[in-house]
Amino acid sequence: MLDIKNLQVTAEDKQILKGIDLHVEAGEVHAIMGPNGSGKSTLARVLAGHPEYQVTGGEVFYDGRDLLALDPDERAREGVFMAFQYPVEIAGVTNAYFLKAALNAKRKHQGLPELDAIEFLQLSKAKAKLLQIDQAMLSRAVNEGFSGGEKKRNEIFQMALLEPRLAILDETDSGLDIDALKTVSDGVNALRSPERAIIVVTHYQRLLNYIVPDFVHVLSGGRIVKSGDKSLALELEQKGYGWIEAA
Amino acid sequence: MAQVADRLQPWLATLDGRPRGGSRWLQDLRDQAASRFVALGFPTVRDEEWRFTNVAPIAATAFRPAPAARIDAEALNGFVYADAPFRLVIVNGRVAPELSRTAGLPTGMRFGSLAAASTEHADVVGRYLGQLADTASRAFAALNTAFTHDGAYVFIPDGVVLEQPLQILFVSAGDPSQAATISHPRSLIVAGDRSEARIVETYVSARGVKHFTNAVTEVVAGEGAVIDHYKVEEESVDAFHIASMHIHAARSSNVSTHAFTLGGRLVRNDIVAVLDGEGAEATLNGLYLADGDRLVDTHTTIDHAKPHCPSHEVYKGIIGGNARAVFNGKIIVRQDAQKTDAKQTNRALLLSDHATINTKPQLEIFADDVKCTHGAAIGQLDEDAVFYLRARGLTFAEARDLLIHAFAGEVIDRVRIEPLKVALEAELYDQLARDLAEVDAA
Repeated sequence: MLDIKNLQVTAEDKQILKGIDLHVEAGEVHAIMGPNGSGKSTLARVLAGHPEYQVTGGEVFYDGRDLLALDPDERAREGVFMAFQYPVEIAGVTNAYFLKAALNAKRKHQGLPELDAIEFLQLSKAKAKLLQIDQAMLSRAVNEGFSGGEKKRNEIFQMALLEPRLAILDETDSGLDIDALKTVSDGVNALRSPERAIIVVTHYQRLLNYIVPDFVHVLSGGRIVKSGDKSLALELEQKGYGWIEAA
Repeated sequence: MAQVADRLQPWLATLDGRPRGGSRWLQDLRDQAASRFVALGFPTVRDEEWRFTNVAPIAATAFRPAPAARIDAEALNGFVYADAPFRLVIVNGRVAPELSRTAGLPTGMRFGSLAAASTEHADVVGRYLGQLADTASRAFAALNTAFTHDGAYVFIPDGVVLEQPLQILFVSAGDPSQAATISHPRSLIVAGDRSEARIVETYVSARGVKHFTNAVTEVVAGEGAVIDHYKVEEESVDAFHIASMHIHAARSSNVSTHAFTLGGRLVRNDIVAVLDGEGAEATLNGLYLADGDRLVDTHTTIDHAKPHCPSHEVYKGIIGGNARAVFNGKIIVRQDAQKTDAKQTNRALLLSDHATINTKPQLEIFADDVKCTHGAAIGQLDEDAVFYLRARGLTFAEARDLLIHAFAGEVIDRVRIEPLKVALEAELYDQLARDLAEVDAA
């Protein structure tokens, strides 16, 4: 589903990714781990199309198509979803309005009829229950005044509504207490399916106790320096990142 | 000085042709204002209050007085919200009774021609007309007063609560091929103690019509009166519009103004609200849209003269193209005005690299136990928010429109006349869609 070949990326003339190779098939969950500054969030944002980064080399194919040639919104409508590390607050736009616009943008693209307000409400109610999201959150402005945990749950809520084919979670676990972490993980696990791939970007192994990955990759200095199964994450937890960086 | 005098020369001849007759007090009012205007002359950019707005194009135009004109009722339908249950239509400065709807108002209430009221209701009009508009220092208010003849008169007796809004619709009728005209609409609103009303002033003209609207509105709010005032300016982009609104708020009254500036080539709005009784409250909200080469200048003054008066002010501007905007928000807290609670917010969204705004909060505080806050924020569209929306599948144009409407929504959402709110939203969408289509094409 996703094929990353020798991806090189700079931001403000500083090279951050120095040749990433990664192959992800539908149904798989990949964890990308690494110390701060290793480039793991950059990888997530480049896949989503963040304008801050320049791709200076390499290729990314998504279902055989050149992903990098697509605008961020085209990628989203084609089923790529990134849960933001720092979700943006948007004053004056209710969460419900925003989510309905996002969902209908995708449905329109797929040639499906757009949902009206009542249909959307029914769907969102069901999904909100799944993530233990208070209905009141729908009528509040997007992320405005949300706690850290609420923002992250709101990201996974969006993911549940938009049902992406490729979901990328950018440090979704940071700042979550154990209860919120469980809720968010349950939400993600409910979306695991043979048709869907999930990339979990995280600094800590803790999240991977709940979202168990098929593969773990360690990013350091802009390159994937080690890949393995879930046991690699446990090893990192015990030894820290020092031994990888030193290697 | 010689230059200034030269500039005034054609205007002196025009002043000779100003309305005459009527009661002695009215004639005196006009004469005094005419002398003041001659003494003051037009403001220049050396005048602190006019630093960023050059009115030389107005001073240099030989306007002809707007002639009496008739328009069809259908012609009104093209304008934003022309259909209030009660409406007074004023065409080229003269009340058009055939277009107005004033039947069925509560007993004792007056809603009609100021010219008629200055004889029929002379005791009230004579007491209040010209008492608030400061002609000593304001040249345009003096000019308006010198020409005061007809306009709108609203009188709400003590204790009368109006369920339906009143609309005063000022139309500058003309033909784009004709030379520019001038009119001096005048409105006097006297709200009795404990009365309540919603009043909409709408200023409109058809596309391409060249004219200068020089308007003055005075609002006298009695004790405990609740006045919700809306001003919608949607004149042609060839129009000059200079207006001042003067509010006197008595004890425990509550006056809100909502100013929507959507048209005009050069627009200046001054609002002066004096909170002159304990517990009086003022809300000044505004939204302006400036595109092309337009200039929109807003000067507000909230004068806290008595203790325990809250005031709230939110102004937002959307500025694109080569347009310019000016916002100056003055808050005065007099020595006596302890426990004042004043809050001012002013935000501008710049949609192009050539759009500019000059903004200045101005606090003059002479009391010591007060709360005054002000904030100004000028920015472009939040790029992080645009990316966030695009990452969820909205196109760049959809994301941008959503953010602009969210920005404007804070002001529009406070409109308490539902059809007006809907009309303003639609108008904002239309106008933005046109402007942004140009941006996208460029």
